[in-house]
Amino acid sequence: MNEIKCECGHVNPEGTVLCESCGKPVADNQHLNGNDDQKLLNMRYDGSARRSQTYNRTIIDKVWNFFSSVKVGVTLIVITLIASAVGTIFPQEMYIPPGSNAATHYENQYGLAGQIYYQLGFHNLFTSWWYMVLLAMIGISIVIASLDRFIPLYKTLKTQKPKRHDKFLKKQRIFGTTESTEVNMELLKNNLKKHRFKVKEEDGSILAEKNRFSRWGPYVNHIGLIIFLLGSLLRFVPAMYIDEFIWVREGETKVINGTDGEYYIRNDEFLLENYDENDERFQEAIQRNGQPVPKTYQTNATIFKRTDDVVVGADPELEEIKQAEARVNHPIKFDNFTLYQASYQQNEFRDMTFELHDMDDEDTTYGEFTVDLSDPDSEYELDNGYRVVLDSYFPEYELNDGEPVSKSKYPKNPAFVFNVYPPDESEPEVSFAGIGANVDGSGENDHKVNLVDFDVRDVTGLTIRKDYTLPFIALGGAIFMIGVIQGMYWNHRRIWIKPKEDGVWIAGHTNKNWVALKREIEKVTKDTGVSSPADQQELKG
Amino acid sequence: MGDLSSLSSSLLYAAFFIYLTATFFFAGTIRDNSRKKTSLAGNIAITVTIIGFLTQLGYFFTRWAAAGHAPVSNLFEFTTFFGMMLVFAFIVMYFIYKINVLGLIALPIALLIIAFASMFPREISPLVPSLQSHWLYIHVTTAALGQAILSISFVAGLIFLIRQIDQTKKTKQTFWLEFVIFMVATTLAFIIISSTFSAFNYEAAFEAPVEGQPTEMTYEMPAVAGPYDGELLTEDAMTPLIQAPEWMRGVDAAIKFNTLIWSFFGGLVLYGLLRLLLRKRVGSALQPLLKKANPEIIDEVGYRAVAIGFPVFTLGALIFAMIWAQQAWDRFWGWDPKEVWALITFFFYAAYLHLRLSRGWQGTKSAWLAVGGFAIIMFNLLAVNLIISGLHSYA
Amino acid sequence: MKETTIEKKKKRLVFRSILLAVMVGLVVFALISNHNEDKNVVAKGEEPPDFQLKKFGTEETVSLSDYEGQGVMINFWATYCEPCKDEMPYMEELYDDYKEQGVEILAVNLDSTNLVVERFLSEYGLSFPILHDKDGQVMDEYDVGQLPSTLFINPEGEVEEEVVGPLTLDKLEGYLDEITPKS
Repeated sequence: MNEIKCECGHVNPEGTVLCESCGKPVADNQHLNGNDDQKLLNMRYDGSARRSQTYNRTIIDKVWNFFSSVKVGVTLIVITLIASAVGTIFPQEMYIPPGSNAATHYENQYGLAGQIYYQLGFHNLFTSWWYMVLLAMIGISIVIASLDRFIPLYKTLKTQKPKRHDKFLKKQRIFGTTESTEVNMELLKNNLKKHRFKVKEEDGSILAEKNRFSRWGPYVNHIGLIIFLLGSLLRFVPAMYIDEFIWVREGETKVINGTDGEYYIRNDEFLLENYDENDERFQEAIQRNGQPVPKTYQTNATIFKRTDDVVVGADPELEEIKQAEARVNHPIKFDNFTLYQASYQQNEFRDMTFELHDMDDEDTTYGEFTVDLSDPDSEYELDNGYRVVLDSYFPEYELNDGEPVSKSKYPKNPAFVFNVYPPDESEPEVSFAGIGANVDGSGENDHKVNLVDFDVRDVTGLTIRKDYTLPFIALGGAIFMIGVIQGMYWNHRRIWIKPKEDGVWIAGHTNKNWVALKREIEKVTKDTGVSSPADQQELKG
Repeated sequence: MGDLSSLSSSLLYAAFFIYLTATFFFAGTIRDNSRKKTSLAGNIAITVTIIGFLTQLGYFFTRWAAAGHAPVSNLFEFTTFFGMMLVFAFIVMYFIYKINVLGLIALPIALLIIAFASMFPREISPLVPSLQSHWLYIHVTTAALGQAILSISFVAGLIFLIRQIDQTKKTKQTFWLEFVIFMVATTLAFIIISSTFSAFNYEAAFEAPVEGQPTEMTYEMPAVAGPYDGELLTEDAMTPLIQAPEWMRGVDAAIKFNTLIWSFFGGLVLYGLLRLLLRKRVGSALQPLLKKANPEIIDEVGYRAVAIGFPVFTLGALIFAMIWAQQAWDRFWGWDPKEVWALITFFFYAAYLHLRLSRGWQGTKSAWLAVGGFAIIMFNLLAVNLIISGLHSYA
Repeated sequence: MKETTIEKKKKRLVFRSILLAVMVGLVVFALISNHNEDKNVVAKGEEPPDFQLKKFGTEETVSLSDYEGQGVMINFWATYCEPCKDEMPYMEELYDDYKEQGVEILAVNLDSTNLVVERFLSEYGLSFPILHDKDGQVMDEYDVGQLPSTLFINPEGEVEEEVVGPLTLDKLEGYLDEITPKS
């Protein structure tokens, strides 16, 4: 037996709980969908046949049925929820201070718990394969569960007839009988129409229905979620998504990463503005904070486009396309790329000016010279025939096993070894100069090189984004919102009226907000001679 | 400027007392036995509530004018706003269902939240660059409104549970209901203790190592638990009874731990006194007061609140948040703790809806879920800011 | 009647299988992409992108494409990188031999100041070409994160081996052998 023929003549698919047409409970299927012969009808999915439950032979069907279950869906949601919560106990790896080693950071900061957290991989939970699998399973469950429910529900609501089986009416939660011959059906119908019900009739039986579209809300929002998830998936397609970062020094022109060498940027100026400490409004808060509160981070930049063929490394020919400011919340946009003000470093050295004078007398001077830290000269000619040769330059000086070395190429702590040649001398005096350091190389120097002035510049950190997935993500979000609102802010209500020999029967159903339905029924039956139906379900708590 | 901000504070105080008055009127409706839908006491109560709400709106806009930005940018401002939205959500629900008893629970919770908010620093703070966006207002206000509406389902759930749980014997359910009441007592205790010590300007300074550096920290309550390896600097201050555990390393960790101890024991004292006075479970003492409430309608109010609040919350706390994050931090989602907890809230209520719609979880089960949801919202509001801090540590 | 139901069932099975396969495929794609994301440096077997850099201290430019059909070793280094300095003498030692066998060594320097490199070169006296990637463009293009990093490109133009971190003389020799053209 595959299909079920109801006494009303309608042929229902296997697994049907209530006849799609007249609503008569299908005798053999009253255990399905949370139904119980002794109780009121469970009107979930209107008693339509959920296919998943009727085919269970192949492995495909079994997998399908697994994902079709709401119980499984909710379980997946709850597991994801708990996992996410665990992921916030300690900061994720992306939020630990830059440069620190995750392997030791968690243990040092949070002790044993931190170590366990790290070992179990929770420090990278949200990009871990199993978290992604959880989200993916939720996605699959959404697709399958929706398909399995939407199609039969849609068919049932389409096939439903105004004339319903007695048993169907009697077992509705809202049900009432009126024994009277003076029922004003015309007034009732008018009232229903006034309340924006769609009224259908069959042999004197009435079906008044409104807001059926609200039943599609869940499926619409699930479509939105799927589009959202697919949109996020698109990020893995290289051409769709670019996420890069560059540091640009003031005055420097640099290629913009991620643009295939096509665009360049010049940092004209970086501005950091703080709130005025004396501002009456914020005084107290700034004092409590203990340090200045920043007001603006801004990079004034010029964007260039390369006009010759792009060859990585070769000097480009540039054409200015735009002058713009990048501020937090106000990124620079050009050709689908977006530049965000993301970070900064202040006061990197640009140049340093030294003065040469006698060892013991700082009032003497043999002239000054300025070292451009991004392109130092190898030799500086001074007045009076003095010559200074820059023997070694350490942009970020530190001592390593007694040897001076540089930690990076950035002039954050510059230090120099100068060879000073007094006039007509062929043997130099060697001296070492740096920030707060001035060492006489031989101990017998007659001259001293002294730092007298310096110039600094700021470095701006910009994020470069190109993201073609955003429209998909936005579309998904919008459809989701439409779906939830459609499903949540409207209610699907139906009222059945069936004439009987000695009066009428009335039954009502809504997918939610029963109080409101009862009130509405009271209004539409007013003065029609139909007595108010009762709510047959009492919550037992 | 100064005048405007002091006017603003006065309006907030006024709103607080007006809400308190309204609560008493709602209490008056309990004895009201008339069968009519609206009673005099009920009408007065809701009118007073609306006046209170308008007064608080006055606070909100005067503070906005004084600061030059919408007052939703720090913990005090956000929590106060959340309290205001809770009252607003209650007013809306009241006009749909006309249930007085809802006010009897919703208003005290709003009062607690507003009082709690004022325990945080109250001065007007300037906006750091990432907050300088219209999306700050749009995102934060919508998210708060969504959370407030969802909280109404907690109010309804609480009423349902107090009314419906069988109090004739001790069960798991009576235990957890008492626990919820104990948490309310703890919050109240925190407010009382905190404002008492601050009224006396209590201060005790300690020096303790934070990341290897000796750092000075100031307790504003007597230190029951001093900082690990800390040294008391203030004379005449109470010497700590215990030391905070070593793993509490942040500057404020020990102070927060100490506050927690005070609140916990304060809560115990308050709750203990209640039990002593009532000579039975608090839930069981409250039960007769709520007998008039129709459990079925209360259950529906709870569901309705989720149905209305869920879309608002999603829009404000996830979608608007993403739009703003895309603009300010170059990515719409970054797995920041606050974001993750918004997602957890979303997941939780999604599960609630699925359980209710597809698995028939109504009544008691639904009510317990609503309590859980509120716990998550509170966790996101407070714990994430105070304990787990991320990008959102300012709000 | 019965045949149509069987037909229907078959259709349903096909539909379900396809949909499940598509979804599983997407998940696998996501997992693999996510796994590959942390990788840097041009991967083994890939063809490295071309570049053009000036030989240090001259106006003469060198492109990777100039060495088609030869083995090429690209070494990313800088003066502020101590392990880089250690492997320079090894490269110098092997350079002449392998040069004759058709293997070129290109040492891409990442310093920003000429002076520092000049001083370094005069101290070490290196004979293989030093290319100056002043703005780190090639380094970015090749996703080099850590110094030293070395790529060995075989005569077919594919990456034979990638090494992040310092090399020993033996290893260096072994890798150079792998990319020596067979003739």
